Amino acid sequence: MLFYIFAALAIVSGAYMVLTRNLLYAGFSLLITLLSVAGIYVLLFADFIAVTQLMVYVGGVLVLILFGIMLSSRVQDKSVLSENVNTVWGALVAGLIVVGLSYSILKANISSLPWLQTTEIDVLGDQKSTVQMIGIKLMTDFVLPFEIASLLLLVALMGAAYIATDRQKV
Amino acid sequence: MHIPIEHILLLSAVLFSIGVLAVITKRHAVVVLMGIELIFNAANLNLVAFSRHDPQLLQGQLFSLFVIVVAAAEAAVALAIVLRVYQHFKTANLNEISTTEK
Repeated sequence: MLFYIFAALAIVSGAYMVLTRNLLYAGFSLLITLLSVAGIYVLLFADFIAVTQLMVYVGGVLVLILFGIMLSSRVQDKSVLSENVNTVWGALVAGLIVVGLSYSILKANISSLPWLQTTEIDVLGDQKSTVQMIGIKLMTDFVLPFEIASLLLLVALMGAAYIATDRQKV
Repeated sequence: MHIPIEHILLLSAVLFSIGVLAVITKRHAVVVLMGIELIFNAANLNLVAFSRHDPQLLQGQLFSLFVIVVAAAEAAVALAIVLRVYQHFKTANLNEISTTEK
């Protein structure tokens, strides 16, 4: 039941993000969408992913986006409103995507796949949290992607700082 | 409580199409970025949903962790580019950012 509340909240606020023309309203409805997706992660036995979603998306990316909105629009005049183009074609493409995906999901009969037959009870086993397992995996099987991700973050940090510097004044 | 996996996949499909709609119809660069973040979230939802059935390995959850990391790096660089473009063209409207004569 809780899942459907979170799903409805995510869809409604996501749709409001598209429908509204005010950039700040769009940012705050994206906040509600991200929060409800984090709630769904908790219901799917992914507690560490849910906390990461809260810290990285809600605490980091969304604040960055709000800064971007405030720095890239003059709040005094109408430019805080975004204009819509291609509404007919956009709605057509999005509608086709959602209809096609829903048709294939409902036709594919996914829940009868043999490797999906395990119940959630023995997924977590006797431990109640995935944090320990994720930590072990990150330091053993996934240590190469982990290190590459750290390198990518360093490169992105330096690149963003370099791009955003005003070189005419320095 | 057992959540059927089809419902999670349907929610993810709807979120994905909302993200695509935002990318296509919006002309402000930051809102296009918000649509891309929504698409990332839809993909993550699928990964986590299937990882629920992966008893000890948790491969889906680890993959979605890396997706979150890449999304954060992408957002930082993209917003820096948007700010530079705004300083140069005095607008963040994607249709007006052009150096050629119209």
